[in-house]
Amino acid sequence: MSNFFSKAEVTSSGRPVFIHNEVECHLLSGVDLEPEDHHHFTPLKSGILILTTHRLLWLHSSSASAIPLAAISHIFSSRKSLKSVFHSPRIRFQVLVSPDGRLFDPGSGSGSSSGSGSRSVVVTAVIRGKGDCDGFLVKFWDSWRARAWESNETSGSGSGSGSGSGLASGSEAGTGTGGGLYSSDGSLRMVGVAGILRKEQQMWESTDKSLQDAFQDLNALMSKAKEMVMLAEKMRQKLLSGTSSQTSGTNDEDMGSKEEMQDWLLSVGIISPVTKESAGALYHQQLSRQLADFVRTPLERAGGMINLIDAYCLFNRARGTELISPDDMLQACSLWEKFDVPVMLRKFDSGVMVIQNKSHSDEEVFARIKSLAAKPEALRNGMSPTDAAMSLGIAPAMAKEHLLTAESKGLLCRDISPDGFRFYINLFPEIDPLNIYFVKDYGMCSTWIKAVSTSG
Amino acid sequence: MFGIEVIILISSLRFRLEAENFSPISIYCEGSTCREMQKLGDFKLPHFFNYPPYFTLQPVRETREKQVQLWKELILDYCRTQKIFVIKLEEEFPLFSNSVIERTLSHEAREAFLSALAAEGRAEWLDKGHRSCLILWHRIQEWADIIVNFVKDNGFEDSVMTVEEIRFGIESRRTELHGIDRTILMRALKLLEQKGKLAIFKGTSTDDEGIKFSV
Repeated sequence: MSNFFSKAEVTSSGRPVFIHNEVECHLLSGVDLEPEDHHHFTPLKSGILILTTHRLLWLHSSSASAIPLAAISHIFSSRKSLKSVFHSPRIRFQVLVSPDGRLFDPGSGSGSSSGSGSRSVVVTAVIRGKGDCDGFLVKFWDSWRARAWESNETSGSGSGSGSGSGLASGSEAGTGTGGGLYSSDGSLRMVGVAGILRKEQQMWESTDKSLQDAFQDLNALMSKAKEMVMLAEKMRQKLLSGTSSQTSGTNDEDMGSKEEMQDWLLSVGIISPVTKESAGALYHQQLSRQLADFVRTPLERAGGMINLIDAYCLFNRARGTELISPDDMLQACSLWEKFDVPVMLRKFDSGVMVIQNKSHSDEEVFARIKSLAAKPEALRNGMSPTDAAMSLGIAPAMAKEHLLTAESKGLLCRDISPDGFRFYINLFPEIDPLNIYFVKDYGMCSTWIKAVSTSG
Repeated sequence: MFGIEVIILISSLRFRLEAENFSPISIYCEGSTCREMQKLGDFKLPHFFNYPPYFTLQPVRETREKQVQLWKELILDYCRTQKIFVIKLEEEFPLFSNSVIERTLSHEAREAFLSALAAEGRAEWLDKGHRSCLILWHRIQEWADIIVNFVKDNGFEDSVMTVEEIRFGIESRRTELHGIDRTILMRALKLLEQKGKLAIFKGTSTDDEGIKFSV
């Protein structure tokens, strides 16, 4: 009675041998297969049930039986009844039986599907193990409906080269070790999620290999570069020793060749030895010019002066991927004084560094600040950095720097109180210490007094 | 008779002056602009007393110098008119606060201004911690001269007086000596003693000394 089922081959490690294009879909363990009546086959106990795209396989201690999905005529939907709560889950399906009492095997060419084998048997798979029974059932339905074996047949019959028809595709059957992993040409099969992962892995490996090859060349280049650098160092030493020995002016030729040497070194990208005079490495030069171009728009928006840190952020954001370090930024800005660019780096007493237009005139800003400070509101309550920022149209940090600079020039005075840090126009110069009660008629003091007294 | 009228006139004038002490505001005109400026007691404050930066120690050197100069003058003037001889930094001092603009001089500022006064001999720190300052709106030498004049004006050339009599006696009432700080007086007297103009000797009571003039 064990002849009822189709034969299924098993590898030496106990894995089923899959036929061409067959893919495993689901697996349940602890499964019993029982017929509705015992004279068809003895119940199979406690095996592993594997659903594939083509068959249902039952494995038990290195022997396997198969039910081709083509032989299944009906799958019963699961009945949820009170009884089923206490029982193990069951999957019931109907298989066709050929006249000889065995499972109908479509692949063996024994007649067409519906004509012969009109008898059918209900088989119950009792799932005693832990497993996703409902999921299995869903996949069962899907696989059965997908009828993957039919496309297999058509392709199989199309190629005449002995891949066989239907289930008995010959090429791996001969080897006996094939299993499902390797496709016919010996390369790994790329199916399912595992297939996708494998594909990715392959891609990674090939990329890695090509990179390594590329780097081989680079390493060669690097070793050459080392030699070059040593050579350049020698030149450098020579130049340095040349300039320090003071035979100034007598040797024009020498000087000419030395300059040539410097230019050559610069163009190669190596820092020139006469560092105070030269403009630094080519990289920084280029960066510096690029930065000068870039910074023009933000400068306009910010009213002519922008914090170095802000400029750094904006520049890096614009560059996207090739970010520069703060040091590079600083060097690039310092190089501006060597070129003819319309921007400059400026450091305030407080340590704040800004980029400003060369055309930016401090005097103009001071004049504006002075006129702001002379307004009645500012005379009464002073000017805070925020007020100045709003009126001047610049950032508050910049405004504060301007106010502090104006203070150091004697235009403003500070007033520190619980209300905060404010600036007033400087009245001290107008006050005569020998005549402290006297106020000039048309000076700043009298304007201030008028402004203050109107508010009461 | 004439004298009595003068006395009545003088006393009525003084009464008027004293009445004015209680008005917080007095109107005065300078140039062609009139404005109100508050007073401290009967002391007229300058207009820049209401200028908030005046109460913040200025960092810029030139501005600071001007500010210090103005404060020095103000302090001396105020102390002279109010007969204040000692300023204690940790106590409230009316001149160092302005309630109208809600500003007060910081401790640092007060010390800066008083130290500036001390540097030119117009004040003296009474303790190392700079908590108490003697204000010399007259220098010691000036006080000495005042004493000498006082002695001469009243014909005390060869007489003897106690220190307290100099400070609170009837004769001193019309002079600046009245209510003088004891420390300052003693310094001036010692200065004069060195010049041989007088002699200081301990009196019968333990806390009063006597002066014998020989001006």
